[in-house]
Amino acid sequence: MKKFTLAASLFAGAIVLALPAKAETLRLLTWGGYAPDNVIELFEKETGHKVEVTLSNNEEMIAKLRATGGGGFDLAQPSQDRIAGAQAEFDIYKPIDLSKIDASLFIDSMLESTKANTTLDGAVYGVPHVWGTDGLVLNTAQAGMVKDYIDLCSDAVAGKVSYRLKRPTLIAFAFSMDMDPFAAYGDQAKYEEILSKVEAKLVECKKNVKTYWGGGDEITNLLRSGEVIAAMAWDTGGWKLNAENPDITFVAPSSGALGWVDTFALPKRGRADEAAYAWINFVMRPDIAAMITAAAGNFTASKGGDAGVDEALKARYQASFPPEAIENINWYPPVPAGLETLEGAVLDRVNAAN
Amino acid sequence: MTGDRSRLTMILLMAPLLIWLTALIFIPHAEMFLVSMREKVGVRQYEFGFANYATFFNEPLYWNTFVRTALMSVAATALTLVIGFPVAYYIAKMTRGRSKTILFLLCLIPFWVSELVRTYGWMILLRESGLFSGLLQYVGLASQPIEFLYNDAAIMVGLVYTSMLFMVVPLVTTLDSLDDSMIEAGYDLGGTGVSIWREIVIPHAMPGIVSGCIVVFMLSLGNYLTPILLGGKDSLWFTGLIYTQFITRFNWEQGAAFGFLLLALSSFIVWAGLKLSGQTLSRTMGR
Repeated sequence: MKKFTLAASLFAGAIVLALPAKAETLRLLTWGGYAPDNVIELFEKETGHKVEVTLSNNEEMIAKLRATGGGGFDLAQPSQDRIAGAQAEFDIYKPIDLSKIDASLFIDSMLESTKANTTLDGAVYGVPHVWGTDGLVLNTAQAGMVKDYIDLCSDAVAGKVSYRLKRPTLIAFAFSMDMDPFAAYGDQAKYEEILSKVEAKLVECKKNVKTYWGGGDEITNLLRSGEVIAAMAWDTGGWKLNAENPDITFVAPSSGALGWVDTFALPKRGRADEAAYAWINFVMRPDIAAMITAAAGNFTASKGGDAGVDEALKARYQASFPPEAIENINWYPPVPAGLETLEGAVLDRVNAAN
Repeated sequence: MTGDRSRLTMILLMAPLLIWLTALIFIPHAEMFLVSMREKVGVRQYEFGFANYATFFNEPLYWNTFVRTALMSVAATALTLVIGFPVAYYIAKMTRGRSKTILFLLCLIPFWVSELVRTYGWMILLRESGLFSGLLQYVGLASQPIEFLYNDAAIMVGLVYTSMLFMVVPLVTTLDSLDDSMIEAGYDLGGTGVSIWREIVIPHAMPGIVSGCIVVFMLSLGNYLTPILLGGKDSLWFTGLIYTQFITRFNWEQGAAFGFLLLALSSFIVWAGLKLSGQTLSRTMGR
């Protein structure tokens, strides 16, 4: 019996030892541009792990993981504000083992704030990867008068405006109307009051809107063709268009751009943690981070990752974000569970209004 | 002994169908029904109740969209029938041999690409910087770009185009089976064009009309892509609401309730359509 136990433990030990060397398949649930082919190729060559990419967005990531109870993927990249609430509600992630992450690769302040924002019951569920902002993408030759989100409702740009019908728009308009929705996150009555004012504004503004955009390519097309001249959109879309047409660019609105951080989070039933940690530590290396910035158009939380970035992109970034505009960025705090139901009802009513 | 064996054969032959029905239709629907009966009372806490169905009836927005979707689907079905019938009649009765095959193929070809591609095709034609707008300006009928997209008419065009084939095929089949001599006899007996259509062609084609209408109606009611892409900011379609509840609101309970309401609505309208036209399901689908 003893002999058997010994043999069994030796055997088990051998398996454990063999594990790190075993090639795993990393099923990555991410955004467009965050896992470019050249990076995947380098990673596969270096570690022997395989990478399968599925492109998605915040809501779909949560919906997909919820449907499988956190299975089907080994690493997901939701925004930091959408982790704690989703975890409390649906239990779809597992805590991150911070000892397996090379903290020296991260910009300290970003790592700390993301850890704080994604902590639930003492466990950390996310570390930062890519960050960027929501703001205004304008054709400055025709819509130069738009300075803030609320100017999208002015007659000068009637019929040539686009934004998403999603929660960032509600938040943006609230800030633009001199209210602070983030401060009201904890106070439901106050938040509802803010939402009702924003709802009235968005209903009034609807006649100005050409269409509500859904995906990044859609809004890029609308701006490129000139069918839309002022939009609320991601900074990277504005910079991409700026390279083609110098009139179009990203402008940080006067009430402040909305800052988001996309993270790494481990789905609860992921099977390739080893590969997931390897991927995180790999893509946070400054040289790889620069490659991702080149593909996604957004900067990363990698320390020194901006050094290798193309000068033209840096110039666009600096033109859109003078130092005071960076100070002015409103970073999304974690969304409390249940808040989205209120926002959903508002968005539905705006959608139905004439 | 032989009785047992034939029963066993029968059961074995039925098995794939039964497994299919149970595993892929019955169980998911039962599960979905249970989800729709869950009331959310707090984080990870649920109670049994009708709250999700109550929400539908208390919020005018939801049933307005529901009614709108139904009415537009009925209109799309009628329009498809009006456009599809002459096409089917022409293919079945006026052409022979090769040209018949070619015409049939022409109806079929658009369906070789996916619905998404077809819808994007329409977007390219209809958008402000698109083909139609450019053509009108070129001819001089318009002085500035015109937006054809993002309205109900665009949705209608998309729906009719998407479901045309499903109307034409059953119509061609039933019209094919109509003996030409019956039409000739109608003329011989002094019938006019109109009375022959009313008393010979349409009654004969009725099962085809009804089955075509049922399929087209179901496809329109359950369509998601076309209304969302072509309708833009004014696309209020019930499937869109279901999608939002499931995906962006994480409210599966509400989405499931909406799904069942849509199922009930489509079943009811099909039933009403059959009753009104005096047809039965077995007659229309059995042919």
